[in-house]
Amino acid sequence: MSRHPRSLRRTFVTPEGIDLRLELGSAGARAGAFLIDAILILVVLVLLTIGALMLAFASAGEFVMMLWLIGFFVLRNGWFTLFEMGSRGATPGKRLMKLRVVARDGARLTGAAVVARNAMREIEVFLPLSFLVSRTVEGTADAALTIASLGWSGIFLFFPLFNRDRLRVGDLVAGTWVVVTGRARLSYDLVGAAPAQRRTFGDAALNLYGIYELQTLEQVLREENPATLSNVANMIRSKADIPDDGDDHGFLTDYYAALCARLEANLLVGRRRETKFDPVA
Amino acid sequence: MNVQAAPLVNATRFRLAHQGDWERLEELVTRLEKKSLGHLDDDDLLALPALYRTTLSSLSIARDTSLDRALVTYLEQLCTRAYFQIYGVQTPARRQVADFFRTGWPVAARDLWKETLVCSALMVLSAVIGYLLVSGDPGWFYSIIPAELAGGRDPAASAEFLRGTLYDSQESLLTTFATYLFTHNSQVAILSFALGFAFAVPTVLLMLYNGLMLGAIYAVFAAKGLGPNLAGWLMIHGTTELLAIAIAGAAGLRIGTAVAFPGRLTRAALLVKAGRSAATAMIGVVVMLAAAGLLEGIGRQTITSDVFRFLIGWSMLTFWVLYLYVLGGRKRMA
Repeated sequence: MSRHPRSLRRTFVTPEGIDLRLELGSAGARAGAFLIDAILILVVLVLLTIGALMLAFASAGEFVMMLWLIGFFVLRNGWFTLFEMGSRGATPGKRLMKLRVVARDGARLTGAAVVARNAMREIEVFLPLSFLVSRTVEGTADAALTIASLGWSGIFLFFPLFNRDRLRVGDLVAGTWVVVTGRARLSYDLVGAAPAQRRTFGDAALNLYGIYELQTLEQVLREENPATLSNVANMIRSKADIPDDGDDHGFLTDYYAALCARLEANLLVGRRRETKFDPVA
Repeated sequence: MNVQAAPLVNATRFRLAHQGDWERLEELVTRLEKKSLGHLDDDDLLALPALYRTTLSSLSIARDTSLDRALVTYLEQLCTRAYFQIYGVQTPARRQVADFFRTGWPVAARDLWKETLVCSALMVLSAVIGYLLVSGDPGWFYSIIPAELAGGRDPAASAEFLRGTLYDSQESLLTTFATYLFTHNSQVAILSFALGFAFAVPTVLLMLYNGLMLGAIYAVFAAKGLGPNLAGWLMIHGTTELLAIAIAGAAGLRIGTAVAFPGRLTRAALLVKAGRSAATAMIGVVVMLAAAGLLEGIGRQTITSDVFRFLIGWSMLTFWVLYLYVLGGRKRMA
């Protein structure tokens, strides 16, 4: 298993034997997703309360109060659990941040695992919160006690920052982790789309770069930012001693196609040139 | 120049050959993510695994032969989405609920029997201590139970008043109170489960405090000769509720011991095993507390006969023990 300690990519081999190289959600994305969910829960709670108050004024105060209590309970304990048990494995916040919960062993995500990971929020979020609220409400905010309890609950809150896989306490207990699920569309084929009549380049020009630079060029071409395009085109022209013909995009597309064909041809006979610093094949 | 010339790079060749398959898979996966499996017709269902494998092999070839990064990224993301729709698919909700009551819950609860015994013993022990403390010196009562919770039921109260709290129905806000107790107790139960992660120390403290309060209240009533009456009042829902609390504590204890004493497995592996089984038991705890809430809200206020209260309390306990520890979930085990 090759693990790059700094990267958030993790080896994940399917039963078919192919490594999907899952990308874990970053701490920032996770926190963002949680904030979105928290805001949504608050909004629903406010709506629920307004609805309950209006009903209570109409009639049946006791029944409404009961409904409100149960609604609050379900909202607090069920929001994350019920959404994560769905086929997307994600709360609305996670979905917006393009995250989903999956079992670390690649098996199906069971209801028990989802319940376990979310019950742990009780000590990660609600405990520190209730410490803060109760201390300030009672006005008995003894500084030492507050600091101690916040410090203690902070251990759980910031747990994901202290391990390589960004696991919450809940993830640890449930055997889950949160991965990025990109939904990119297939973008167009750079080479196939180019005209049949191409510029040709000599060996000197094609030996300048490796795969890393080729893929950076691909990104530049797909982004189609005129300033960047002209910068990159001028750089390559000056390095390869090619006169400027005024068509940056056309030049880069042709250069990309030629370089890609060259590197691929070498790749297929086992000579992979990773970056421009590798020896020319 | 010949426009029909062979494609210059592999990516082009590859896209020409398989792009149709990828896009069909993408369309199917998108539909699956939005709706359920039932919304695909037979043709799609049959095509799905084949398309998935085609795309996986495309990914593997693309990684080794093509330098088109956008293509590799697209295939990676598509394969990941398809993988989770095919292998990570959830059992239908109705099946899950049925499985939970048929096997999942009893098996998980039975799995925790040792911890449940320990938690029950802790509660009994601390109840005895609470009783002895308060009957020895009534002053202890005020440091054990907060005034708002006691509601006047303290050592200074008259026997008449205490009797009233047991048999008079406080008809107003009755169901609300039961609901409040249910949600509050469930929250405490979930908390004691979660606190298990801190080596189970806070969980044990919660159990002890719970028992201490019981003992203290009992001492107050017993001093006025109302001990058995209080027992009946508590038992009608208390057998269910206390067992639920013991199981919640047991779930916390299981997690705490998994963190502290992993034994032969690694901590992470044992924790996952303990966490999932304990979580199943916790869902059961919430169900039990809901039942206790119903008994408390309806039963306690309408049934004022001590005999019936005891009867209901004992039969509920018998039911839970039979269901959780004796009969439930046996078929699958055999």
